[in-house]
Amino acid sequence: MSNEPVLRVEGLTVRFTRRNTDVAAVNGVDFSLKAGETLTILGESGSGKSVSLKALMGLLPAYGKVSGKVWLNGQEILGLPAAALAKLRGGAVSMIFQEPMAALDPVYTIGEQIAETIVQHEGCDNRSAMKQALGLLEQVKIPSAERRLKNFPHEMSGGMRQRAMIALALACKPTVLLADEPTTALDVTVQIQILLLLRQLQEELGMAIVFVTHDVGAAAEISDRIAVMYAGRFVETGTTRQVMRNSLHPYTQGLLSSTVHGGMRGRALETIPGSPPNMAELPPGCAFAPRCRYVADACRQGDLPVVTTESGTMARCVRVQQLVAA
Amino acid sequence: MSATPTHRPRAQDSRDRGGPAQPLLMVENLTKHFPVRGGLLNRQVATVQAVDDISFSVQKGETLGIVGESGCGKSTTARLLMRLMEPDSGSIVFDGDQVGDRHGISVSEMRRQMQMVFQDSYTSLNPRMTMAESIAYAPRMHGLGRKDAYDRAESLLSRVGLTPHQYSRRYPHELSGGQRQRVNIARALALEPRLVILDEAVAALDKSVEAQVLNLLSDLKESLNLTYLFISHDLNVVEYMSDRVMVMYLGRVVEAGPVESIYRHPRHPYTRALFASKPTLDPDRRTTEMPLTGDPPNPINPPSGCRFRTRCAFAQPRCAETVPILTAPFEGDSDPAHVVACHIPAAQAVQHV
Amino acid sequence: MSDITLDFHPASKAEAPAAPAPGYWKSVGQRILRDKVTMAVTLVLIAILFITIGAPLVTHYDPYYGSVLGRLKPIGTVGHWLGTDETGRDLWTRLCYGGRLSLLAAILPVTISLIVGGFLGILAGYAGGFLGTIIMRTMDVFYAFPSILLAIAICGMLGNGLSNSIIALAVVFIPPMVRVSETVTAQARNLDFVEAARASGTTTLQVIRYHVLANVLGPIMVYATSLISVSIILSAGLSFLGLGVTPPQAEWGLMLNSLRQAIYVQPYVAALPGLMIFLTSMCFNLMSDGFRSAMDVRLNK
Repeated sequence: MSNEPVLRVEGLTVRFTRRNTDVAAVNGVDFSLKAGETLTILGESGSGKSVSLKALMGLLPAYGKVSGKVWLNGQEILGLPAAALAKLRGGAVSMIFQEPMAALDPVYTIGEQIAETIVQHEGCDNRSAMKQALGLLEQVKIPSAERRLKNFPHEMSGGMRQRAMIALALACKPTVLLADEPTTALDVTVQIQILLLLRQLQEELGMAIVFVTHDVGAAAEISDRIAVMYAGRFVETGTTRQVMRNSLHPYTQGLLSSTVHGGMRGRALETIPGSPPNMAELPPGCAFAPRCRYVADACRQGDLPVVTTESGTMARCVRVQQLVAA
Repeated sequence: MSATPTHRPRAQDSRDRGGPAQPLLMVENLTKHFPVRGGLLNRQVATVQAVDDISFSVQKGETLGIVGESGCGKSTTARLLMRLMEPDSGSIVFDGDQVGDRHGISVSEMRRQMQMVFQDSYTSLNPRMTMAESIAYAPRMHGLGRKDAYDRAESLLSRVGLTPHQYSRRYPHELSGGQRQRVNIARALALEPRLVILDEAVAALDKSVEAQVLNLLSDLKESLNLTYLFISHDLNVVEYMSDRVMVMYLGRVVEAGPVESIYRHPRHPYTRALFASKPTLDPDRRTTEMPLTGDPPNPINPPSGCRFRTRCAFAQPRCAETVPILTAPFEGDSDPAHVVACHIPAAQAVQHV
Repeated sequence: MSDITLDFHPASKAEAPAAPAPGYWKSVGQRILRDKVTMAVTLVLIAILFITIGAPLVTHYDPYYGSVLGRLKPIGTVGHWLGTDETGRDLWTRLCYGGRLSLLAAILPVTISLIVGGFLGILAGYAGGFLGTIIMRTMDVFYAFPSILLAIAICGMLGNGLSNSIIALAVVFIPPMVRVSETVTAQARNLDFVEAARASGTTTLQVIRYHVLANVLGPIMVYATSLISVSIILSAGLSFLGLGVTPPQAEWGLMLNSLRQAIYVQPYVAALPGLMIFLTSMCFNLMSDGFRSAMDVRLNK
């Protein structure tokens, strides 16, 4: 495998303008991803994590203005005509969602849907497409796959549907898989199965995964690197180990310490005060400043310093800059 | 009883009838089966055994956690306790009084002392009512004057961390999820209940907000002498909040006991698999083996005998024949309050890590 | 309330909210005011209401007095700006006075069916179970007949006349009204906040009054408004067939019938009552559309 990134994103920005409100949903996101690597975008609701993914896939409504640069396998894809983009979707890049029921068509069987995608992208005949579909269902470990090919989505359980959707996403051997909270709606025992499956498929197929979640636990299980997103920006990125163990940004620290586990019994939880910001009225400077315990005057003005430590962790924070300098 | 009961220390609570040793809530053999109708004549074709013969009690001042996956019957249990649904059979005894019995207390009397917070903070508030109206509603309907009811609503709003003059005249869609859930908690407290059922009350909230609400709940429990029934699918949150835990699977209780005992030494094969499925939060100790395969089976026509046997590695023929009952394990060193419903001693053997 | 011991030290303060927004009904009103089509049709309806109720103010002719000499004058005749009918009565006067009966015969059945059907529907939707099944299956029986045929049949049974046509139309409108109210009530009943209200130990009547009604009356009223437009056409139809208002009373449907013979002589004059029926019916329809979208909370969010 080469060391060239398969996906490179620079300055991705998304603005929703409608009826006098201007919502800055994504404010300059940069990352790059090598084959076989998993990047988790970790953030709370409204942080812009799902919007970023949809912007990459060109799935945003018309009033969402996307700018920035995105290269997929060296080819710039942002601003490609709709037809070319449609060819990429489900081909070199595909996406799985939180709710498989919404992504699967209820009037076709699972087999028909997967085979149709294969026929569309590879132009082979129906019979061999169906054969490949069977192989895919086996690959995602759906028991008695032959029978399941003829099932409609509503005839399957939640975990089974999620597997079927993964099979559909893998149909054209994507180099990049975008996963939008695929485990959020699942029970714990099923969630871990899906996470393990994704890890295993990645090993077999060598694809890159962008995994979007609000769940720190799922992030720790699946990712190589974690990017913590707040108010449309990555506030901290680093390897999973660095972010989980030695997080730098006060928001990451707050998020981790307010993630409940049993060891905290009997103690009050450390919380981040307040609620996430209104994306239509973001303050100048650091968007986290109103909730930050270390807030200083420098946080409220101008551009934020981007600090990169020796270990490769990036944080966007005035305080971290001072700590590193000291 | 007056419409404005007050919260004093438990020994002086005028509503405390049986003293501290009497359980606040005793549930016996509670059962609810939903018929599945279909076909031309709308005949009953199957039964969803949502809750099947469960018994438990809640002590005064404790938090009982109920944990389980979707379809295990935990939310149905909450609705049966509140009598939002009629149980098929079983008895509910509230502080020594049988609910709905001629010699006990009425359902509406029980509802004054037992309240519930729902999962969805938005749909559980009337969109046409302001926050103060929503909170003041129940006390007003129970005969409190308009002015007093609104005074109480405002003091409750500030009690849950929302400044009354900023929030009392707002509508649900103007608030964030965390703020709405605070209002729902305030509303549940408006009748000054003794038992509060929290049905996935923090499940829909972001982590940072969830922690705030959990702190608020702990704080309220302390200062208002509340007893909680804490229902959640989140194993970490249940461990943090509960004194005792009850694990449910397909409408039945499979294991129950003090939280330390259950979380340190889970005995039922299902409980162990459930805990093993929990993400580790440690990138160096990732889960490598699937604790369970497949989804929880459909509660329509569940397996005979032990309901977990179809997914259990230890299953034997007798598991299909007889329903295991909750019993304390045999080893002398274990907590006698820790009970398990499993036939197979080997399956219950504690795995020391 | 005297000895309540709630302390005022919140565990954690939530952040300050944005500027206060108006209440629900106020915001509905604002959206209606902003909707040009709804405002326009509402103004037209107010004008129609004014010329019918205030008919003596806008015309000095007697609606029943005709002159044989001035029969079937065209539109624009001096003194009769909309012409005259087949017995020489002033058409503008007839239209103004005729609107009284037309609107009465259209709005009253809807009001009756709103009260009766709304009550039955809310009852069926909230109670559900056996009672709900009985009510709904009874309504299904009425659905087996096409509405206009059912109205004609009832009128035929009761005999003609204004009150019988009102009763007939009310019977026709009750089943759809029950069905709509049953559906919205059954939806509202399962909302969490209604369950929460039930769980607070208040009586069923209180729950319905404070939580269910506020959330179902809006959609039911919108539906009733849209029924008025159908009702105008049906009641005019009954009069046209001679089953409703009797001559010489003025009513748009009846006028359409009697002017029918003059269609080759004065086609524009003959079409005028029909135009009024069309205009009023369409305005009620558009108004109910406007109300519906203004009351849609989802658009608001």
